[in-house]
Amino acid sequence: MKLDVNGRQYEVDVPTDMPLLWVLRDVIGLTGTKFGCGMMQCGACTVHVDGAAMRSCVTPASALVGKKITTIEGLSADANHAVQRAWIETDVVQCGYCQSGQVMAAAALLAQKPKPTDADIDAAMSGNLCRCGTYQRIRAAVHRASDLLVADNSEEGGHVA
Amino acid sequence: MLREYFHKATNSTSRREFLKSTALVSGGLVVAFCWPGALRRAIAQQGMGAAMTSPNAFVHIAADNTVTILLKHSEMGQGVWTSLPMVLAEELDCDWTNVRAEHAPAAPAYAHTAFGMQMTGGSTSTWESFEQLRNAGAMARALLIQAAAAKWNKPAADCRSENGFVICGEQKISYGQVADAAAKLPAPSDVKLKDAKDFRLIGKPTRRLDSAAKVSGKAEFGIDVKRPDMLIAVVARAPVFGATLKSFDAAKAKALPGVVDVVQVPSGVAVLAKHFWAAKQGRDALVLDWDLGAGASLSTQTMRADYRKLAQTPGAVAKTAGDVDAAFKGAKLIEAEYEVPFLAHAPMEPLNCTVEIGKDGADIYTGTQFQTMDQRTAATILGLKPEQVRVHTTFLGGGFGRRATPTSDFVAEAVHVAKASGRTVKVVWTREDDIHGGYYRPMWVSRLRASLGKDGKPAAWAHTIVGQSIIAGTPFEPMMVKNGVDDTSVEGAADAPYLAAVPAHRVDLHSPKSPIPVLWWRSVGHSHTGFVVESFVDELAHAAKKDPLEYRRALLPADSRERRALDLAAAKFGWGKPLPKGHAAGLAVHQSFGSYVAQIAEVSVDAKNKAIKVHRVVCAIDCGPVVNPLTVEAQMQSGIAYGLSAALHGEITFKDGKVQQNNFNDYPVLRLNEMPKVEVHIVPSTDKMGGVGEPGVPPIAPAVANAVFAASGQRLRQLPLRIA
Repeated sequence: MKLDVNGRQYEVDVPTDMPLLWVLRDVIGLTGTKFGCGMMQCGACTVHVDGAAMRSCVTPASALVGKKITTIEGLSADANHAVQRAWIETDVVQCGYCQSGQVMAAAALLAQKPKPTDADIDAAMSGNLCRCGTYQRIRAAVHRASDLLVADNSEEGGHVA
Repeated sequence: MLREYFHKATNSTSRREFLKSTALVSGGLVVAFCWPGALRRAIAQQGMGAAMTSPNAFVHIAADNTVTILLKHSEMGQGVWTSLPMVLAEELDCDWTNVRAEHAPAAPAYAHTAFGMQMTGGSTSTWESFEQLRNAGAMARALLIQAAAAKWNKPAADCRSENGFVICGEQKISYGQVADAAAKLPAPSDVKLKDAKDFRLIGKPTRRLDSAAKVSGKAEFGIDVKRPDMLIAVVARAPVFGATLKSFDAAKAKALPGVVDVVQVPSGVAVLAKHFWAAKQGRDALVLDWDLGAGASLSTQTMRADYRKLAQTPGAVAKTAGDVDAAFKGAKLIEAEYEVPFLAHAPMEPLNCTVEIGKDGADIYTGTQFQTMDQRTAATILGLKPEQVRVHTTFLGGGFGRRATPTSDFVAEAVHVAKASGRTVKVVWTREDDIHGGYYRPMWVSRLRASLGKDGKPAAWAHTIVGQSIIAGTPFEPMMVKNGVDDTSVEGAADAPYLAAVPAHRVDLHSPKSPIPVLWWRSVGHSHTGFVVESFVDELAHAAKKDPLEYRRALLPADSRERRALDLAAAKFGWGKPLPKGHAAGLAVHQSFGSYVAQIAEVSVDAKNKAIKVHRVVCAIDCGPVVNPLTVEAQMQSGIAYGLSAALHGEITFKDGKVQQNNFNDYPVLRLNEMPKVEVHIVPSTDKMGGVGEPGVPPIAPAVANAVFAASGQRLRQLPLRIA
């Protein structure tokens, strides 16, 4: 089957029931997407499919043929997505294992709701577990990323004008 | 108490290091030093380590001025990747933006200065290496100055350092330009360390050095390791602790596409495949016949009943003063029994280990807290010398103690799989394997009794603790189990700060055995004693009709560090001031790992839905001198979140020998929507430096339980807290 990951086409020969997570990690070699539970409980495996957050640990890769898959490696060229910059500024990470999923979940939220409330953040991010308990800084960083995105967009707008 | 042990070990040796320098093949300056013979002999006698004679390299300065600091401690979230380089860079006087960190290899010279083996644990990393890293930085700086002075033909005394340069009058040269020459110089016998008032890095909020890698998927964890021709293995382990495998049929597993091999190892049967998915499908297709043995009758319900019975009888005495029994005669007793369950650590990164056996030795790639133990265990299994086993420490996706097993369980198993299959292999655990896999925080029952004097203060206090020993049966036993008392079982209880003011007191211990493997879980014994002691003191305050804050203040010495933390937390919280309707506050203060932490929780109780909501936590810590305030804040938030998972959710139970929980659906942990607003305040302190990785955990459960009592009148004496 053919998969579109981060804008690149990959031809993979895997069982039809094989979850995208393991195709990414063990076949294609993109290990930024993490395994935490294997049953949609922790969000460490979050990727974007056509721009929306999706748990790759339970979704068969075969169901994603023809769709655009974005992983943490494809979110930005140089860790410069507003969410990544906000995460670095806010000193969010600890062990860091869940953070690929956290960043992808936050990026998907902000793409949908550029100015999320705390309740929006609760609703969008409570499926992403962090055992280090970085939640408070995650919340602050999502708000910060929202501000950075607004600034980015107005800059881009300026270029267009 | 663990800390007291550490300090004894440190103080028994000379603190003066022998300094020497050596050049790495890559060129540049490497500062190296090793510890003197006294510690080496002490460790040899205690059977803890080989001679610590190899050079201990901590810093490498490249021609391009990049300063690479080698960490003997593992980065598992606690921030050593940043805080330890800060300590060395402070004395080196280099440009912080040029500083990088790397995990050191496993080598005797990277041994913990108090524990004598390479390890990360006990919230010790910063204080145990503070002086060592400062010396390494200062020595490198002295050598760089000497090299520049020689180049200029000037006395070293006329030269100074500044942010990565050596300067003499008008002349200025970067560290990178003199690093090679500096490496060839003999090391100074002694170096002068900075005065604390001149620190420019230590004490300043400093952002992490590992953020960019961790927000872009580039950071390499053990589970991400890829070696040539590597297979992935998933292991079928005993369904009950102590079970033995009678026979197995691998035909179905071997027939699956992607499955390459199936091998038996001491812990079970491993299925090796081209990728995890095939290995797991293969594991699930195995037909296994186990002899369950005596473990099959294990149940936590029965254990609990047994523990409660034991708690009624005197145990091995850990601490005693006065005549408790006489004091109790005829007195009105306040009695309470507390229980906490087995807990899994459940780090986000499931356990894993990659093993590559070569002609001249073996390579182990894993996120571990216990390099020395892992190295030796692997060497024993493979018939190699320890130095032939190269341990490559990756980032750890959480540790919390689970990656510090005295048996090196997950490393040993992977070595067995590689040995039996003759393949390079990465063994990956599923989340279910992790939850079922043992090495839990022990289940504990505590029975407390106290009588009060006329002033309301406790006149006599008896505390009987029942729970499995973590240390018994490990190489640490000779040092840490004395007269039948495992220090880690009673830490925080036998040295409770209130006991000094109680004329008659006794703390004793029963250490029943079971087939369930137990292990240190973030804050170890304090994870139960903090809850028990701080809940009971709250009960005594209530019985004495005193305010919980004032009651504690009256029992604690005025100049105690507990008091300082408590007073700061109370002031910042606004203790006693009105709270929103339905909210109530509870507090706790607890010393662990050399740091004193007070926490005040603001909660509300939804009686109808039997739900506890923690709205806000104010935390004050006295950890002595602070290296990175951002780390201290992060670790307090982290400890509170970890402790809340246990206070509100965590419980491992057994029925018919089997663990009843499986994954995050039935072993829930704290989620973002449950995270309270946490405020962290640091007590300005020049007292002895303590740790920060664990001390944030113990006070949160009692603070919340005490707040629940204040809110609802329900005194909850079991974790997880459940509203009746």
